[in-house]
Amino acid sequence: MQKRLVLDEGQIEIILRRFCHQLIENHDDFDNTVLLGLQPRGPILLDKLVKLLEEISGVKVLSGYLDATFHRDDFRRRDFPLKANETKISFLVEGKKVILVDDVLYKGRSVRAAMDAMIAFGRPQKVELMVLVDRKLTRDYPIMPDYYGVRVHTLESQYVLVEWAEKGNEKDAIWITEKVNP
Amino acid sequence: MSQLSTKHLLGIKNLTEDDLQLILDTAANFKEVINRPIKKVPSLRDITIANVFFENSTRTRLSFELAEKRLSADVVNFSSSNSSVKKGETLVDTVNNILSMKVDMVVMRHSSPGAPHFLSRNVKANIVNAGDGTHEHPTQALLDSFSIKEKLGDVAGKKIAIIGDILHSRVALSNIFCLQKLGAEVMVCGPSTLLPKHIASLGVKVELDVKKALQWCDVANVLRIQLERQQIKYFPSLREYSLYYGINKKLLSQLDKEIVIMHPGPINRGVELSSDVADSEHSIILEQVQNGVAVRMAVLYLLAGTKG
Repeated sequence: MQKRLVLDEGQIEIILRRFCHQLIENHDDFDNTVLLGLQPRGPILLDKLVKLLEEISGVKVLSGYLDATFHRDDFRRRDFPLKANETKISFLVEGKKVILVDDVLYKGRSVRAAMDAMIAFGRPQKVELMVLVDRKLTRDYPIMPDYYGVRVHTLESQYVLVEWAEKGNEKDAIWITEKVNP
Repeated sequence: MSQLSTKHLLGIKNLTEDDLQLILDTAANFKEVINRPIKKVPSLRDITIANVFFENSTRTRLSFELAEKRLSADVVNFSSSNSSVKKGETLVDTVNNILSMKVDMVVMRHSSPGAPHFLSRNVKANIVNAGDGTHEHPTQALLDSFSIKEKLGDVAGKKIAIIGDILHSRVALSNIFCLQKLGAEVMVCGPSTLLPKHIASLGVKVELDVKKALQWCDVANVLRIQLERQQIKYFPSLREYSLYYGINKKLLSQLDKEIVIMHPGPINRGVELSSDVADSEHSIILEQVQNGVAVRMAVLYLLAGTKG
């Protein structure tokens, strides 16, 4: 299978630091801001960001994991339902600025479902989207990220593979591959 | 795997261990959902579910209806007491008439064992058994196992005593299948007249002495005496039953350990359970009721999402 490296470990580290400084610039001391990692792959990125933000600014940002499986628009359109993941949010988002964090923005459908799921925890003052990889040409919904690490031009037949050392991979890396069954 | 091996929930007997784990895992996700400020998800918004109850029920029916509404399904309720069943309509005709109004799933309770199995072979809809006579009550067993897992961390390796009227209980049979598939040890306990003759062939321990059963178990699932199903006298009086098989605080204090008390409801206070036990910290009866909604949401979600 052909793989093309998009970001290596060092480049991901630089992007994460840039994200932290952009967030600090826009959200000051995070007094009224929370971060939500979108399951299943957003929480790894979220945990890295929260740790790095604490290192840089000394602030422990309020964060949680959000699963949107029950809000997806492809239920009963797939052969079988997707397995849900844990939602772990110990606060309400009512009146707060929420930053949704995910690894890859593809069609925009997961983000739409996530915003739907998020509303169950209150009406936020503002919602922003942060993704590591923005697949610019494959969007189904009018959703754009407020913060992105890298913007790539990919085809539907391609897949963006995100590897994290925390998940047993050698190093953090992001690749573009061809789908096995496009 | 995120798919059930069946398109109907007729009983626990025909489910695999993977099916049970998938239902329990999904129920844990729905338990979180029903504790949110907004307790509703849109998954089943294009599904219509008929609750067809040929036998009385309050809690199971309410629990199913809440589960359906929290999944955003459209719900119609049917009870045989005020229907054309009284005019001689057959079960298949009754259900096919309901289905012709574009109903996708049927939740059915019936006094005849096997009625949902029969229906599943004759109508085009997902069938969920909400209790068929003295046969099975699968969602009750699932919520019992979910409650045990939630309280004790796991079902595997735990000792569960089912105490009371085993002979007339569909809850007992479904629980035996479910607990054994999940790796628990099961004991049944009750007066010999209320224990089925060959129950030991299911691989359960049989005990007549309630004190010994309580001393053995980690969890006591106490069942109601089902007087409405008893055509003959199985014991001299409720008072005598209570004296020998009723569980009270004094009995529990004689044990050298703490055990968990469960009951599928409705409780006959002062008969199988005294009030001081039913309302004590040992009891997880109200948790069972809450878990019932989450488990039923999981079952409906997984069945609706599985293409037949």
